[in-house]
Amino acid sequence: MTARYGVRFVSLGYLAVILIAPVGLIFWRAFEHGLHPFWAAISSPDAVHALKLTVEITAIVVPLNTAFGILCAIAIVRHRLPGMGLVNALVDLPLALSPVVVGLALYLLYGRDGWFGHWLLGHGVQVLFALPAMVLATTFVSLPFVVREVVPVLREIGTQQEEAAATLGASAVTTFRRITLPAIRWAIAYGVVLTTARSLGEFGAVSIVSGGIAGRTQTLTQYVQASYENFDQTGAYAASVLLALLAITTLLLMTVVKRGDRST
Amino acid sequence: MAIEARNVTKRFGEFVALDDVSVSVESGSLTGLLGPSGSGKSTLLRVIAGLEAPDAGEVFISGKEATALAPQKRGVGFVFQHYAPFTHMTVWDNIAFGLTIRRRKKEEIEARVHELLELVQLKGLGKRFPSQLSGGQRQRMALARALAAEPEVLLLDEPFGALDARVRKELREWLLRLHDEMHVTTIFVTHDQEEALEVADNVVVMNNARVEQVAPPRELYDQPANPFVMSFVGPVNRIGETWVRPHDIEITHEPNGPAQEAQVDRIVRLGFEVRADLVRDDGERLHVQLTRNEAEVLELAAGDIVYVRTRVERTFSENGEPTRPVPA
Repeated sequence: MTARYGVRFVSLGYLAVILIAPVGLIFWRAFEHGLHPFWAAISSPDAVHALKLTVEITAIVVPLNTAFGILCAIAIVRHRLPGMGLVNALVDLPLALSPVVVGLALYLLYGRDGWFGHWLLGHGVQVLFALPAMVLATTFVSLPFVVREVVPVLREIGTQQEEAAATLGASAVTTFRRITLPAIRWAIAYGVVLTTARSLGEFGAVSIVSGGIAGRTQTLTQYVQASYENFDQTGAYAASVLLALLAITTLLLMTVVKRGDRST
Repeated sequence: MAIEARNVTKRFGEFVALDDVSVSVESGSLTGLLGPSGSGKSTLLRVIAGLEAPDAGEVFISGKEATALAPQKRGVGFVFQHYAPFTHMTVWDNIAFGLTIRRRKKEEIEARVHELLELVQLKGLGKRFPSQLSGGQRQRMALARALAAEPEVLLLDEPFGALDARVRKELREWLLRLHDEMHVTTIFVTHDQEEALEVADNVVVMNNARVEQVAPPRELYDQPANPFVMSFVGPVNRIGETWVRPHDIEITHEPNGPAQEAQVDRIVRLGFEVRADLVRDDGERLHVQLTRNEAEVLELAAGDIVYVRTRVERTFSENGEPTRPVPA
């Protein structure tokens, strides 16, 4: 009995200190002077633009990484080709690499003198300090999540259901849609939640390639930093609360959808 | 011929799973693929279904060349060893799958699934999920699913392998009745010789990626083509170069012609069957099967000295060909 309470006490205490205290403090500070200053802060043009930009980047990155993540996972698990081990290892690279390094690499690649940047600029395409570079950076850092969630589930379900569908006359597309996809849907959902959260919160890589110009290339995380540095604490706290709410909403959405499903 | 495999070879890396295998299966028959594990029988079934592509050789289904045909287009029903149920679908949706993807009419699907649920004795369980079924029920659901689109050929991979002995026996009898009613050409894989002899009307014995013999059960047992078949389709005593079935040994209390002296080492009573382990005076161990009556008349007990004589013994030439059975 004592041991059980001990485990609870330690785990809850740890969560309280590491998770709840800082997040709670942010909420408290944001609403310290009531709703009005909070609302004023988040409805300023720069804040609204930063929110829109963050949502826009996330809306591009999440479908992209979901589609390619599923493809990569299928390639890794189902296609025993030489080189798949390397792909499997490469997928984890964004987790191991600091986002700042990613930002720097993109800077070198797409800068005026970079390999791609020189050619692209010559054709009138501005990547750096614009949406494309921010999307690239965010895609890079949030790439592993769908793959990492889907791979073990694909391994576990095996190939027999897919083979059974094939003998029953189902084409590869039908088999994927009717058999594989339903079996991995929760892994995908969880991967999407993690990808979304990571995209919303991305700071390091984006801050190097975006330029962070308020009202133009400033994401919500960069807005938080800029406000804080300009002694606009309410603005910083309010934007932080907004970020936290976006993430919590994503998590809640998944829980709600999952609860509505009977077969698992 | 409903199914024909000609000179099929299949390798997995270094391992040879099928080595120049040729088999033909008559339309409407119930054929057993019998062999120890690793003999290539499941691989042959998967090649026929199109789930594995052979490295060499051809497959014909209903007279049509099917070697390069995708499994979707072969018109075969396949039941997997572990049934491969679609876990996220109800029993009903599992069975209806082959029909829904063919975009059959709703009433037609409904009628067919009803009929199949009744056929496989799962009436009333259509709304359950596979995880809520017992092993035997899951097996029957997989069978109904495979039968739904009316395949020309039904392939069963170790259909009773994962079930307990009683359910196995029930399902065997049920499969036999089903085959009598439906007359769909059926091949099933098994490593259990008793199952093959009981259910199949033709048995293909495989070993080490090759076919050892193709024959009806009785012929297989009475005229095995080589020592492997002789020892695989039933218990056997090997004495030097001769092979004797345990029930072809006669035990008497009195010396009788060519009979040899032996001592009873152990007696096991299994209901109707009695098994006796004997040691002959030349040191050879013999397994003997008797009926309970025979054993009672002889009043056998461990330690008894008896006389044994073989009724039928077989010999095989050096290349494995049978030489005529000798009634001793």
